Amino acid sequence: MSNVLVFIEQRDGKIRKSSLEALTLGNSLSKKTSGALGAVIAGSGISGLAPELAAYGASRVFVADKPDLALFSSEGYTAALDAAATAFNPSIVLASATAMGRDVAPRFAARRGVSVLSDVMSLDVANGRITGERPVYSGKARVAVTAAESAAIQVATPRPNVFPASKADAPGAGEVVNLDLGTLTIRAKVVKIQAAEAGEIDVAEADKIVTGGRGIKGPESWPVLRALCTELGAALGASRAAVDAGWIGHEHQVGQTGKVVSPSLYIACGVSGAIQHLAGMGSSKVIVAINKDPEAPIFKVATYGIVGDLFQILPAMTEAAKKLKA
Amino acid sequence: MNHIVCFAYVPDTETKIKVAADGVSIDEADVKWIVSPYDEYALEEALKTKEATGGTVTALTFGPARADTGLRECLARGADEAVRIASDGLGQVDSLGVARLLAGVIKTLPHDVVWMGNKGVGTDAQVLVPMLAELLDLPHVNLVTKLEWKDGAIVAHREIEGAEEIVEMSLPGVIGATKGLNEPRYASLKGIMAAKKKVIAVKTPADAGVEPATIAGPAAHVRWTKLELPPARQAVKLIPGDDPAKAATELLNLLKNEAKVL
Repeated sequence: MSNVLVFIEQRDGKIRKSSLEALTLGNSLSKKTSGALGAVIAGSGISGLAPELAAYGASRVFVADKPDLALFSSEGYTAALDAAATAFNPSIVLASATAMGRDVAPRFAARRGVSVLSDVMSLDVANGRITGERPVYSGKARVAVTAAESAAIQVATPRPNVFPASKADAPGAGEVVNLDLGTLTIRAKVVKIQAAEAGEIDVAEADKIVTGGRGIKGPESWPVLRALCTELGAALGASRAAVDAGWIGHEHQVGQTGKVVSPSLYIACGVSGAIQHLAGMGSSKVIVAINKDPEAPIFKVATYGIVGDLFQILPAMTEAAKKLKA
Repeated sequence: MNHIVCFAYVPDTETKIKVAADGVSIDEADVKWIVSPYDEYALEEALKTKEATGGTVTALTFGPARADTGLRECLARGADEAVRIASDGLGQVDSLGVARLLAGVIKTLPHDVVWMGNKGVGTDAQVLVPMLAELLDLPHVNLVTKLEWKDGAIVAHREIEGAEEIVEMSLPGVIGATKGLNEPRYASLKGIMAAKKKVIAVKTPADAGVEPATIAGPAAHVRWTKLELPPARQAVKLIPGDDPAKAATELLNLLKNEAKVL
C-alpha cells in the first residue's frame, strides 16, 4: 500500500485543467498500489475547491490557505507540498509539468534527496516503482525512465494535455486537512500576473494548434490564422523563423528552442519543417501541412497535406469549420 | 557582483539523433556539440550585468573533456574563469546528482547570482534551476524573459502558460533564462585569442564534496532504461489544393470523420 499525493495548481481560484489530469492519473496509480489519493493546494481563499478535488477521487485534500500564498512563490508552495507529504507519507508525488509544477516538484524532490521523472508522456507503476516515457533531445528521441529502488519517494511531472482528466467512478471522501506552515521565508515572490490577450490559449496547454511559418510572409497574416484558431478553439503557434523575424512573441514558438507540444491536432501553415521544428511537434496525434512547396519536409510527418496557397486555403477552412459547427 | 553561469554542452540543434549500441544513450559519432542555446541567454545576461556593474563571470559545466571547447567559447565571449567538473567514469548520473555536483562547486566560489538556461536541449529534464536553488538554500526565478536590477534584488518577468508573472527576488539567488531575454553576442577575435591562453580548472566530484557512489549507478534515483527514436509516421494523405473550397471541406471532413479530432 502506498499513497499518491498530487500537487494542484489554481489561478484566480480556479483549478487548472492540467492539475485535474495529474489527479486523474494519480487516482489510477493509487488503485494499482492500493493506496490513498491525496491532493495539496495552496493559495488564499481557496478552501472551497476541495469538493471538486474529491470528485476526481481525492480522499484527503491538504489546504494551505493564507494571504502570503495568494500569489505563487516557489518557496511558499513547496513548503505546502512538503508539509502535505510529511502528513500523508506518499510514495508517489505528482505535479503537472507546467511552469509552476516544474518549479515546485524539483525543489521538493531536492529537499527529499531524490530526482524527478520529468515531463512524462506515459506513467505506470509496477511493484511499487513508477516507470514512464519522456521526450529527450527536444522530441527527437524518447526515453523510458524508471525510479530506482533507492528513491524513497518518487516524484514525476506528467506533461499537460497528454493524460485525460475525468471524474472518479467513486468520489473520494475529500476530507480537508488545513496545513499550518508557520512563518514562511519567501525571498522570491510573484507580485503581479499579467494575462496574455483575452481568450488566448497557450500552445503548451492546447489541444489544437494552428502554426504559421515563414510562408505566411509577415505579421499582417496572423488574422488569417487567428480566424481559423477561433473556429477550431486552437492556440496560435509560430515557427522559429516567424519568431526570429519579429513577427510574434517567443511564447508562441513551437520547436526545439520553443515549446515541445503534443496536441491532438496540429495544423502547420507555411512551415517548411526544419529538424528543430519537427522535433517540437512530431508527437502530435494528427498533423496537417499546408504548403505550396510539395517537397517541404513537413509533408514527411503530416497525416494530411494540402499543396497550395495558404492564403486561399485557410479562409476556406475557416468557412468550412463554421459550416461543420452549424 | 560575482556571477556563475552553468551550462550544458549538448548536440547542435541541427543534429540527427541516433541511438547507440547500448540502447540507452545517443551515438556520439558525427555529433557537433554546442553550449545549449538557453544557457547562452544566461551567459549573455551575466556578461551584460558584469559590464554594467563590475564583478566576475565564471562559466561552469559538468561533462567530459570535450566540454572544454564550450568553456573556451564562454571565455571568448567575456567570461573571466572556467570550471569543469569531470564526468569521466561516472556513468549515468540523474538530475539530482548533477545538481549536487554543481552546488558543491558553487559553494566553494563567491557567488551573488547563479545563472543557467531554463532547459538544456539534450536530456531536457528542466529541473536544475529549482534543484540547484534548493541545494544552495537560495531563492530562484525561472523562465525569465526580462530583468531589472534593484539594490540587492531583481524584478523578473517570467513566462507562464498564457500569462506573465512579475517576480521580485532578493539576492543572492538563482536565475533561469529563456528565449526573449536578450540576443547572445558572438565572440570577438580578440576574445577568442585571449580565451586560448586561459586555464580551465578541472574539478572532481570529491572537489564538490560528493562521493561518486552516492550519485551514480544504483544510487541514481531516476534511470534511463531504453532510448528510442519516435515511431515512424504513416505516409501523408494529400488533398489537391487547386480548388481551395473543395480542399478545405474535404480536409475538415477527414479531420472530423476519419481522424476524429474535431
